[in-house]
Amino acid sequence: MDGARSPETIHLVVNGRACDLEVAPHALLLDVLRDVLDLKGAKRSCDTQVCGACTVLIDGMAVSACTYLAVEADGRAVLTVEGLAEGETLHPLQRAFLDAGAVQCGFCTSGMLLTARAMLAETTAPSRQEVLHYLRGSLCRCTGYRKIVEAIMAVAETAR
Amino acid sequence: MLRPFTLHRPETAEEACALLARLGEDAVPYAGGTELLLLMKLGLLRPPHLVDVKRIRELNELADGGRLTIGATVTHRSLERSPLVRARCPLVASVARHVANVRVRNVGTIGGNLAFADPHSDLATLFLALDAHVELVSPGGRRELSLGDFVRGPWETARRPDELLAGVRLAPWPSRAAAYVKFGVHERPTLGIAVALGLNGGDGRAGARIQDARIAVGCVGPRPARMFTAEARLRGVSVDRVDDVVGAVGDSAAAGVDPADDLHGSADYKREMVAVFVRRALRVAAARAGGVEPATSFPYAVVA
Ligand SMILES: Cc1cc2nc3c(=O)[nH]c(=O)nc-3n(C[C@H](O)[C@H](O)[C@H](O)COP(=O)(O)OP(=O)(O)OC[C@H]3O[C@@H](n4cnc5c(N)ncnc54)[C@H](O)[C@@H]3O)c2cc1C
Ligand code: FES
Ligand code: FES
Repeated sequence: MDGARSPETIHLVVNGRACDLEVAPHALLLDVLRDVLDLKGAKRSCDTQVCGACTVLIDGMAVSACTYLAVEADGRAVLTVEGLAEGETLHPLQRAFLDAGAVQCGFCTSGMLLTARAMLAETTAPSRQEVLHYLRGSLCRCTGYRKIVEAIMAVAETAR
Repeated sequence: MLRPFTLHRPETAEEACALLARLGEDAVPYAGGTELLLLMKLGLLRPPHLVDVKRIRELNELADGGRLTIGATVTHRSLERSPLVRARCPLVASVARHVANVRVRNVGTIGGNLAFADPHSDLATLFLALDAHVELVSPGGRRELSLGDFVRGPWETARRPDELLAGVRLAPWPSRAAAYVKFGVHERPTLGIAVALGLNGGDGRAGARIQDARIAVGCVGPRPARMFTAEARLRGVSVDRVDDVVGAVGDSAAAGVDPADDLHGSADYKREMVAVFVRRALRVAAARAGGVEPATSFPYAVVA
């Protein structure tokens, strides 16, 4: 069986829009999102899956785009923070982050929002403990996490 | 940035092994890539060929035969959420839930964890205590090894270059009470202690005696290790009298490890923590043996 070294075409849905992309096997998803699709919401920070700044959702599941081959997204749906709002209407999590003051420098925010969104899709009524467990590996240098957790709990409660 | 490589995506184990045999040192298996891509980004590993094992159906099985079979490409997340695993081996699901962070669990596999043989593996320590076996496939056939024989040292296993890790097999332990406690402040654990108690006197009954005990200590040595001397002290002890011996068992385990100074702490500190956490894990396992789930929590530690 021959392998592929040259670029191959992948078909994926990014933030609800279908697209075909030519990517090399060694292209990382984060670079493709940022440099090819110009979606700068996911950020590179630790580059080692420790911080969560590069978090995106693949078929609803949180992954570190910094350490994920773009070819793995073939046939799947990718959600980045740019795809959370509906037009001018913020996603409830975005609204709650603003209301709770859960954003300071904002570097971690896209990852936090997407991680929270993945969690709420799995668990409609998470406890504070469960929120903290899910946020392990999502680092924030500014807020001290309290307001982030508050915001997520607020959305979970209205969804109940 | 990664250096270019050729990506192979075989659909059968035979094809994958043939590729590994043909390409030799130029090829490495690739599953979730959570370890492999890190090394490649750092340039520590520069394989010209990656053999993706995720399309091989038999490697993705979670099956209940006489033993529970966990395929190599099952992710930590599937293990954590599998109703089968939660029913048959709840401790395994619980330990999987506390591996790394949710992103690594979503992508990282059990096979990748064991084949990589990082000394800071929770699963290797747990599986050693639970007497798990791994199955390897190659063009020459299949073989099964105990976990202790498979993991040889840090980043070293008994896997031959043309072999694939197919999965893990676990006997359920109906007559056992078990616990896993991990401790640490870094992303990966500083210490992992697994205790499995074989009882006579049946399941979940106070007054049962410990027939055989298995204690595995991970993260503080080159590979997870059984603590045979400490285990021997538990033989014949009644589960409601475990408190009488926990001190001696903990000390004996501490005497059985030979840790190194590193960022996780000094050797002396680690030895002390082995004594502390063996006591704690043993108390939890003994309580479970008596049918009680203890409400314990320890700073910077997870009780699974
Ligand atoms: C930030 C971080 C935190 C972590 N924390 C923990 C923790 O708390 N506890 C813990 O136990 N682990 C932890 N880990 C390790 C984690 O469990 C592993 O990274 C993961 O399970 C590896 O699986 P993978 O599929 O991504 O492996 P890959 O990266 O794809 O492969 C790893 C190695 O195994 C080989 N390999 C993979 N599959 C096979 C196969 N089927 N047959 C033969 N060889 C194979 C590859 O060639 C490679 O050498 C952590 C990792 C990270 C990055
Ligand atoms: S940049 Fe990917 S997890 Fe930190
Ligand atoms: S708001 Fe600055 S890192 Fe979280």
